[in-house]
Amino acid sequence: MAEFTLPANSVVKQGKTFKADSGAKNIKRFIVYRYDPDSGDNPRTDTYEVDMDKCGPMVLDALLKIKGEMDASLSLRRSCREGICGSCSMNIDGENTLACTKAIDEIKGDVKVYPLPHQPIVKDLVSDLTNFYAQYASVEPWMKADSATPPDRERLQSKADRAKLDGLYECILCACCSTSCPSYWWNSDRYLGPAALLNAYRWIVDSRDEASGERLDELEDPFKLYRCHTIMNCTTVCPKGLNPAKAIAETKKLLVQRRM
Amino acid sequence: MNDLRTPLARAKGLGSAKEGVGHWWSQRLSSLLMMPLVLWFGFSLASLPQASHAALVEWISSPSVTVALVLLILTVFYHAQQGLQVVIEDYVATRWQRTAAIIAVSFLCLLLAVIGVIAVLRIALGG
Repeated sequence: MAEFTLPANSVVKQGKTFKADSGAKNIKRFIVYRYDPDSGDNPRTDTYEVDMDKCGPMVLDALLKIKGEMDASLSLRRSCREGICGSCSMNIDGENTLACTKAIDEIKGDVKVYPLPHQPIVKDLVSDLTNFYAQYASVEPWMKADSATPPDRERLQSKADRAKLDGLYECILCACCSTSCPSYWWNSDRYLGPAALLNAYRWIVDSRDEASGERLDELEDPFKLYRCHTIMNCTTVCPKGLNPAKAIAETKKLLVQRRM
Repeated sequence: MNDLRTPLARAKGLGSAKEGVGHWWSQRLSSLLMMPLVLWFGFSLASLPQASHAALVEWISSPSVTVALVLLILTVFYHAQQGLQVVIEDYVATRWQRTAAIIAVSFLCLLLAVIGVIAVLRIALGG
């Protein structure tokens, strides 16, 4: 059955406070989730007072400043720092997003930084996305065609058909959507989640793909697909402005369409 | 972890059940049917001059009302069964509890639907 309280060793405790230099005038407080599963200690939140006069504009800038200048033990993932790699996805101010494209001045008051919800924690802000990636692989996100590739050119696609992939191909697999979905929280062992389903739909509607039917067969399942109850958190949080909920709804429509 | 299966094996699990679209579609159809039926039911009850026993019995006995009431009862409990099954699948994680709860709810909805239909028919047909 559902559990409504955290086990004793999962309760988040209050951690340390790292003060800014005494000369700092423009201070913003960052409250950051810290957890090291190997230590045996409970998770905690550490507070960092960051001098905003000496910090870049994005939450990632502040986190890297914290790691570089205040507390080297903080762990986080980041790479491109411009919203295309999807590494620095985390829960900032209560909403999943990319730390590198989230401006600090959009956030009123203290900045609360947590890892993506409901995933195992490797350390601090680094969540274990093994299952998420495996679910993406399970929808076989590559072109499948029985017809041979033309010997002298690419497989052709009309401009109208290419346009159907807009809003789908841009997914960077940051996992903001899937880990914001309550249905995914409760049943991620069987529900594929919005990211994998958006990518499945991206291949279902690709005019060059010849496996749309088999792809729909694979998705037609009470858990893999139909755990989506159109909650729309996925669409609300997507840092790329995509609409996974619509992709899922279109998939459900295709499943009805092919039996009538 | 003792589970040495690969992440992909776990993600694929037992594969697709190849069903779910029927359940999803019939849930939408039953809600579509319920919209006029529930509205009619509410307005009819509200517009009965006085809700005395005799007035209600007479109302239920009229053929069009009998048909609509039986339709309403069947649709409501069909829809309730489908919706509750989804809720149970969402929130009850333990396999045997999930299965037991779905069976119990299905049987209960069937029982309530039969009771409702028989009650309407007994009044309508003067049983």
